[in-house]
Amino acid sequence: MDEIPYDVKPHPVTGVYNAKLGIWLFLASEVMLFGALFSSYVLLRVGADTWPHGYDLLNVQLATLNTAVLIGSSVTVVMAWASLKLNDLSKAKVWLWLTVVLAGVFLVVKAFEYGAKFEHHISPATDNFYATYFTITGLHGLHVIGGIIAFLVLLIRGDKMWQDDSEHFTNRVECCGLYWHFVDLVWIFLFPTLYLL
Amino acid sequence: MSAEHDHHSEAHGHHEQSFVQKYVFSVDHKVIGIQYTISALFFLLFGFCLMMMMRWQLAYPGEALPLIGTWFSEANMPGGVMVPEFYNQLGAMHGTIMVFMGVVPLAVGGFGNYVLPLQIGAPDMAFPKLNMASFWVFLPGGVIMLASFFVEGGAAQSGWTSYAPLANIAPAGQTWWLVGMIFLITSSLLGSINFIVTTVQLRAEGLSYFRLPFFVWAQFVTSFLLLLAFPPLEAAGILQLMDRVAGTSFFLPAGLVITGQPLEVAGGGSPLLWQHLFWFLAHPEVYVLILPAMGIVSEIVANNTRRPLWGYRTLVYSVIFLGFMSFIVWAHHMFMTGMGTAMSTFFQATTMIISIPSVIILTALALSFHGGSIRFNTPMLFALTFIPMFAIGGLTGLPLGLTAADLHLHDTYYVIGHFHYVVAPGTVFALLAGIYYWFPKVTGRKMSEGLGKIHFWLSLIGMNVVFMPMFSIGMAGVSRRLYDQTQYAYGAQVQELTIIGSYGAWLLGVAQIFFIINLIKSIRGGEKVESDNPWQATTLEWATPTPPPHGNFTEVPKVYRDPYEYSVPGAKSDFTPQFSEEG
Amino acid sequence: MQQEVYGYWLPLNVSAHGEVIDQLINVLHVFMLALFVGWGVFFIHCLIRYRSGANPTATYDPIKAKLSKYVEIFVVVFEAFLLVGLSMPVWSQFKADLPAESEAVEIHVMAEQFAWNVHYPGADGVFGRKAPQFVTPENLLGLDPDDTNGKDDFNSINNLHVPVNRPILIRLTSKDVIHSFKVPVLRLTQDAIPGQEIPFWFEATKTGGFDIACAQLCGLGHYRMRGQLNIQTQADFEAWLAEQVEEEDDGGFAF
Repeated sequence: MDEIPYDVKPHPVTGVYNAKLGIWLFLASEVMLFGALFSSYVLLRVGADTWPHGYDLLNVQLATLNTAVLIGSSVTVVMAWASLKLNDLSKAKVWLWLTVVLAGVFLVVKAFEYGAKFEHHISPATDNFYATYFTITGLHGLHVIGGIIAFLVLLIRGDKMWQDDSEHFTNRVECCGLYWHFVDLVWIFLFPTLYLL
Repeated sequence: MSAEHDHHSEAHGHHEQSFVQKYVFSVDHKVIGIQYTISALFFLLFGFCLMMMMRWQLAYPGEALPLIGTWFSEANMPGGVMVPEFYNQLGAMHGTIMVFMGVVPLAVGGFGNYVLPLQIGAPDMAFPKLNMASFWVFLPGGVIMLASFFVEGGAAQSGWTSYAPLANIAPAGQTWWLVGMIFLITSSLLGSINFIVTTVQLRAEGLSYFRLPFFVWAQFVTSFLLLLAFPPLEAAGILQLMDRVAGTSFFLPAGLVITGQPLEVAGGGSPLLWQHLFWFLAHPEVYVLILPAMGIVSEIVANNTRRPLWGYRTLVYSVIFLGFMSFIVWAHHMFMTGMGTAMSTFFQATTMIISIPSVIILTALALSFHGGSIRFNTPMLFALTFIPMFAIGGLTGLPLGLTAADLHLHDTYYVIGHFHYVVAPGTVFALLAGIYYWFPKVTGRKMSEGLGKIHFWLSLIGMNVVFMPMFSIGMAGVSRRLYDQTQYAYGAQVQELTIIGSYGAWLLGVAQIFFIINLIKSIRGGEKVESDNPWQATTLEWATPTPPPHGNFTEVPKVYRDPYEYSVPGAKSDFTPQFSEEG
Repeated sequence: MQQEVYGYWLPLNVSAHGEVIDQLINVLHVFMLALFVGWGVFFIHCLIRYRSGANPTATYDPIKAKLSKYVEIFVVVFEAFLLVGLSMPVWSQFKADLPAESEAVEIHVMAEQFAWNVHYPGADGVFGRKAPQFVTPENLLGLDPDDTNGKDDFNSINNLHVPVNRPILIRLTSKDVIHSFKVPVLRLTQDAIPGQEIPFWFEATKTGGFDIACAQLCGLGHYRMRGQLNIQTQADFEAWLAEQVEEEDDGGFAF
């Protein structure tokens, strides 16, 4: 015996395949990571004498656009998975490409936001508002880049993976999708916390 | 199932693997377990050597280190005499190495990886490639840590706790420490996901949760602690890295004056934020250190008393409760930071509550001996000694958990004595027991009993001679992390105890020589085991061929009974394995 | 003298709140010892009585351990008693009930790498304003030169003088990193956190000279961050204060 059981098929008792349980656990740990950062933010803000309002300093329009972009990408990744469930690889690939493009748009917009700050000589060292802003959005940005890499791997090796084991491939897209929803969710917390409060 | 263990891995139709695939970038949980074990043992030895050097400075402050003193750079040890900066580096790195690169990787990465899949009857971990990645993230992390000794200004020197702001203004080694920690944290994250999924998904047929060997339960709970407690430290590490590299002031308030120079930062940060984030990890971390040890001890105690563990379910509930409670006791490390009454009351109460399951576990283990037929082999000697040693460590935690007593004992040698009793003669003894116990399964040979017993008795004496005097030294009021305690009248008063302790440490060093000889000798020439189950044990790892091939089991294992069915009335022999159908 | 003050167990206690702490520590250790010995006797008994030589066949059924249950319940009750009965009262007295400023002798202690700046208000009894930007090698406390209240203040480096039998209120700060003000004979540890001013108090009950140590790693000089606590009679203390103020006048503007 050397095949790992439940690698592809769900476990009859728990109802999930290994990778899905794994990705949920990973997300639990990510919740603790961002949770700790959010708690730090709250602690620093409560402890500070003055704390600026995000809407006075940051570009709310661009961030709103980015929120929409990211929510859109969450939809497209679900569509990709749904197409695979319907056995339509080429459609799924279109949806995945769309997801990657939207994620790219998000990063480009973010880069403009950062660039505008740097132009005004505003950096993480400026004050603790910008320190938290750059640190948390930066870490979130790294997560977006991670997501793009994962999707690109799925796209480039997709045909072969699909041929080898279509269910396995569908599972992979599902797991990446779950991760992507989490990245989206973090942003949905970040946006009001940093920009609107 | 033991008949065909002579022609293992080849017999399973595996394609030929290159040396690199088989031993370096292996995906086999057993190879990875061995890789973890060897590297962790190396790191433990390294961290232990740092400590033996510190013990010289403590015993004979300002005197040149004999023999090896001249091997070190002029900056660290001019004329063989240790400078305070170097002493602080040794202290910080001893803690970091022992905890994050020694004990946890050995207990979880080593034993967990090797034994857990075998005990639950799985062919491998749920994610073998992730498992490999976990090791290959761990090793660079460790190398970064060790390399930091050679950067400008030396390694991290702000204690293993890296308290801000001291760590913020420390030399470059601290940045290396943070980067190293991020590697180590990532590694244990990958590992813990793997352990949990494997335990949930891959248990053999018939192996319900309440039939799991206690070792598996301990690893399972430990994995949750690693999964959920480590990310806040990672967050803290990222923030401190930002402070050091990008000039933020997460942990820096405004208006700091460092050696007469104002520190030019924006300010507004909080030094206590670091402590909260750090201890939110580091208290569960204590249980990460102790739970796998309890698991190993339980296996060996059941096996060598030849009777079931007393109160198996109680043990399981206690260990789950411990895991849960360990998340809400962290601030008892911070009683002296100016904490108010409400908060300190809460954390005192939770600290008292968390002592209860530990008392229950110890009691259950002790009661397991009653009515047994006890065999005193080397693994058993180490395992049973864990119990009183952990008891001393646990009991001496009580005064530290009560704020009033902590007013005197906080950050004294009493604390050092307390937690070393938990992890050194506690956890480390359990880990050594585990090595002696599972060695025959891994290599097909037994370790020498004679050398093992010398190792045991010398270690036992050494450990207690180092750590017992610390309670007295701490009670006298001596602060921890002092380069030279004789600066203080009360420190000079107890200096002779410190000298005695140092001799204990060096004796402990001598004892380990016997262990190293035993390891090397037994791998090549140890007594070959006759059967796949040389200890006549009941758990599933003994159902595999010896050593187990890739894929572990020759036939799909099935479980018929509870884990520790020893001396069942009316049974053919005094052990009825979980995998044996008739009993 | 030294032999009596310091030894292998708790040192001499010279604080009003220390007596209860000593009681707690001693009671607790007797309890711990009793528990460990009782438990150890049982354990060793088992090891000898049930060694395989003496007992070749193990019993499958677990013993009914009523006693262990009682012991566990006793431990719980005893811990609750320690917590509620002994620890919490000391702590709340210590943390919540700061003495009124009118009754207490107020002293500011400012820790730095690697010394204790002890700031006395001088003859006027009013502390001058301190701010980091005024710190110079001559003005280690960072007293505001424009604040007249600070003119007669003085810094008694590493030398804390206090009168006996009076509540002493200390406001503890740190210039740079975390330090911890520890006086074993006072049964006292208090961290000094940069950016925070932490008040705490004690009342000394005996006169004498004792060590102040730093209990939190603060850098390479952590081990030599030693201060001297001088507990004096009220008269001696006042005489010392007067002497310091006089020196201050002679020496001109020096902190």
